[in-house]
Amino acid sequence: MRYLPLTEADRRSMLEAIDVPSVDELFRDVPEAARLSGPIKGLSNHMGELEVDRALSAMAGKNLPAGSVPSFLGAGAYRHHIPATVDHLVQRGEFLTAYTPYQPEVSQGTLQVLFEFQTQVSLLTGMDVANASMYDGATACAEAVMMANRVTRRKKAVLSGGLHPHYRDTTTTDARFIGFETVVMPPAPAGGEDLLAEVDGDTSCVVVQNPDVFGHVRDYTELGKACQAKGALLIVVVTEAVSLGLLTPPGEMGADIVAAEGQSLGNALNFGGPYVGLFAVKEKLVRQMPGRLCGQTVDADGRRGFVLTLSTREQHIRREKATSNICTNSGLCALAFSIHLSLLGEEGFTRLAEINHAKAVQLADKLAAVTGVEIVNGSFFNEFTVKLPKPAAEVVEALARRGILGGVPASRLFGGGLDDLLIVAATETNTESDMDAFATALAEVL
Amino acid sequence: MSMNNQGRPTHISGGIQNSDSAVPQTVTGNRGLQIEEPLIFEQDSAGRCGVDLPEVPAVGSRLGAVKPRGRIGLPGLAEPQVVRHYTRLSQKNYAIDSGLYPLGSCTMKHNPRLNEKMARLPGFADVHPLQPESTVQGALELMAELGRWLATLTGMAAVTLAPAAGAHGEMCGIMAIRSAHDAKGDKGRTRILVPESAHGTNPATAAACGYTVEAIPATEDGRVDLEALKAKLGPDVAGLMLTNPNTCGLFERDIITIAEAVHAAGAYFYCDGANFNAIVGRVRPADLGIDVMHINLHKTFSTPHGGGGPGSGPVVFAESLAPFVPVPYVVQDKDGAFRLVEQAGDGPAFGRMKAFHGQMGMFVRALAYMMSHGADGLRQVANDAVLNANYLLARLQDVMTPSFDGPCMHECLFDDRFLKGTGVTTLDIAKALIDEGFHPMTMYFPLVVHGALLIEPTETESKASLDQFVTALRALAERAKSGDVAYFQGAPRLTPRRRLDETAAARKPVLRWSPAVEPETVAAE
Repeated sequence: MRYLPLTEADRRSMLEAIDVPSVDELFRDVPEAARLSGPIKGLSNHMGELEVDRALSAMAGKNLPAGSVPSFLGAGAYRHHIPATVDHLVQRGEFLTAYTPYQPEVSQGTLQVLFEFQTQVSLLTGMDVANASMYDGATACAEAVMMANRVTRRKKAVLSGGLHPHYRDTTTTDARFIGFETVVMPPAPAGGEDLLAEVDGDTSCVVVQNPDVFGHVRDYTELGKACQAKGALLIVVVTEAVSLGLLTPPGEMGADIVAAEGQSLGNALNFGGPYVGLFAVKEKLVRQMPGRLCGQTVDADGRRGFVLTLSTREQHIRREKATSNICTNSGLCALAFSIHLSLLGEEGFTRLAEINHAKAVQLADKLAAVTGVEIVNGSFFNEFTVKLPKPAAEVVEALARRGILGGVPASRLFGGGLDDLLIVAATETNTESDMDAFATALAEVL
Repeated sequence: MSMNNQGRPTHISGGIQNSDSAVPQTVTGNRGLQIEEPLIFEQDSAGRCGVDLPEVPAVGSRLGAVKPRGRIGLPGLAEPQVVRHYTRLSQKNYAIDSGLYPLGSCTMKHNPRLNEKMARLPGFADVHPLQPESTVQGALELMAELGRWLATLTGMAAVTLAPAAGAHGEMCGIMAIRSAHDAKGDKGRTRILVPESAHGTNPATAAACGYTVEAIPATEDGRVDLEALKAKLGPDVAGLMLTNPNTCGLFERDIITIAEAVHAAGAYFYCDGANFNAIVGRVRPADLGIDVMHINLHKTFSTPHGGGGPGSGPVVFAESLAPFVPVPYVVQDKDGAFRLVEQAGDGPAFGRMKAFHGQMGMFVRALAYMMSHGADGLRQVANDAVLNANYLLARLQDVMTPSFDGPCMHECLFDDRFLKGTGVTTLDIAKALIDEGFHPMTMYFPLVVHGALLIEPTETESKASLDQFVTALRALAERAKSGDVAYFQGAPRLTPRRRLDETAAARKPVLRWSPAVEPETVAAE
């Protein structure tokens, strides 16, 4: 076995040093009844690199990579071009194979990256401080609600119907087991929901998404003010981080907490994970924030350096009193995010956002020209919803047979209902001919 | 400069000494290959961009009432500058690729690059989670196959791959336990028992799920106190969360008796499977009476830790809890096609724990690792992990104080009794070890012993690297006993940064760069 360096001679001499006759003797604390005498049945024995490569490549070959066909899928996961440099740098062994930076003297690389990441996320969201990442956007959303409950000492959260259903479900699962109440507004594809009517003295927070799951972009400034007046926090969820290059940032709309998905920068689709949750707050909430934080300090020689900090909130210090049970973050995905954003810079990121918006405008115009297709949105960033004369799930299957990944049926996200709605995204990766092919195919299958 | 000298020192210094006076002060502040790298925000040049992007098509805006934002404040750099920045930063990190990383309970083993290559195949990496099922049959097959391996290795009945990390898996397990009690209409169970030696996430998880947490003390030999446990069991106990092998690096000998007692009280038995790598292929958790257990794919099946994540924490369920798996999960139809069940519906399966279907990239790496080892190789993994830990225990026990009698499992635990009266602490030993070129062991954990040093070598270390580590650690132990306190208090001396002021960082947190606070560097004296 190529990964195991011990030779039989090593093993013998080590057993001698330990003074036991065999390795089985080292397992003597295992109850007799549970000891296995040989390898577990039903699984293959070890395989060489070539064999594993062949087997897994065969499995991969049964999937249709989104980049191999015109693809217009979004709904919380977006296909963007990732510069080659990103994956190259991420694969440097010193980043890839390091652990949580518990020894700051030999982890300044990871720590400085996290400090820079926290700064980048703060700037993008228009918030004061960000943490060093969460598992993904949905868990970040659930943690944001739990945090709002702690801060306000209230136990009810109002969730917009425009919140991504997976984010909604992640939050309501926690609500059920952790013990808080959620008011879930019905989906309003054409817009128009009165969130404020649900806010009362028990409400800890209102959760909105921008752009929402149907693609609408909104200004939540007034909602933020109204929430504040009623003592509730405004949580803004963002599933498409690139939108932050063009839209008024949540911080400027009065958000108290921003929970976002950072996959769009530096991270591939990966069939849904791993992704990177972004979490940013206003200054006053810093000590209530879950997750890992990197802070600036000085070393024994007075030089600037970085450490993990405010860990008194965390599970390894506070145990049952901890702010959350989170242990890991998404360090490597945060690194990819950070590198991609560094490559883009101010000018590149802004332009990337503008291109995304322009592509979506072009696509909307092309699809609107197809007979029977109606664009639902009055406003959008790089994603919008179309109303079809047939069930969207059927249309998507028919398009897939023609080699086009034509969006996400709303019914798939919502578990039924909204059958005629299709959520469609465009990014900088979509060419005009992709869009034309989509419009043509759509006309044929309708 | 003459080419003749390239590759050779121009001054013969007579050897490097461990004192700052021997290190020349340079104009740049760099020390040879140790480059002082500013923050990326301090390298800004407006207008630079490291990505070529086309012009924006002139098609007008559909942003409705939302105003386009103003300047963000991001720095501008060209591609070579970005490459250099991150390369230089990477060089300030210790990593398993560079050397032994004996962090107890963290399992820093070799990360095979085949796994990376497989995870990057476009068929896995470039697949959208909401593509039609007909276009992702291979991805679903991979998930089913990984689930089969995990169920077979653990002897369990059901698997969820959804949890994003080990602690997230704990949450999932406790939610399943709550669901099972709820399904029986048993609402009076409000307590979860957690041994003192548990990972810190265990009590945090139970508390987050609304349970009262009650600690079970450890015995003199580092295991759960069975009598204390039995005394605490009652009709108000929902479950026990036990780590096995435990965080003292020991196998819980009484585990079957513990399981029986827990079940007799009507409670469920959660096992923290973070240390499964010690017994994989040798013991099936189901045979121990465990109802539910999470597995850290990044530990047992070696996916890179990436500076702290991402992780992946699938959970396996015995028959007793199998109906309570969360969505989504994969099923196979009679015609062989794979399907995703994405909605909880009205059954006992509980809701969703994250967006989409789990950490697919981690699943590919874990399965590649499993297939590379196979059933026979995984058994050897446990054997070698345990052998390596016991070898360290044997070679160090005369100069350091083992906390408990052997044998240990995949990690060995020492406490600070050997440092008594020397003025040297566990932390000092760790910092001195850094100057020797090793990442330190886990310190001050588990909390059940004073000044803990928990060492986990893993199965991918050679005997030679263990011997080198032993030599270094023995020398340090003896140096401490000889009274050379000053040496330890100044350590580390040879790192990019000396000891960092963590108190200052927490007292007045600076958590982001902004022009107002930059740069806070105080010039060296």
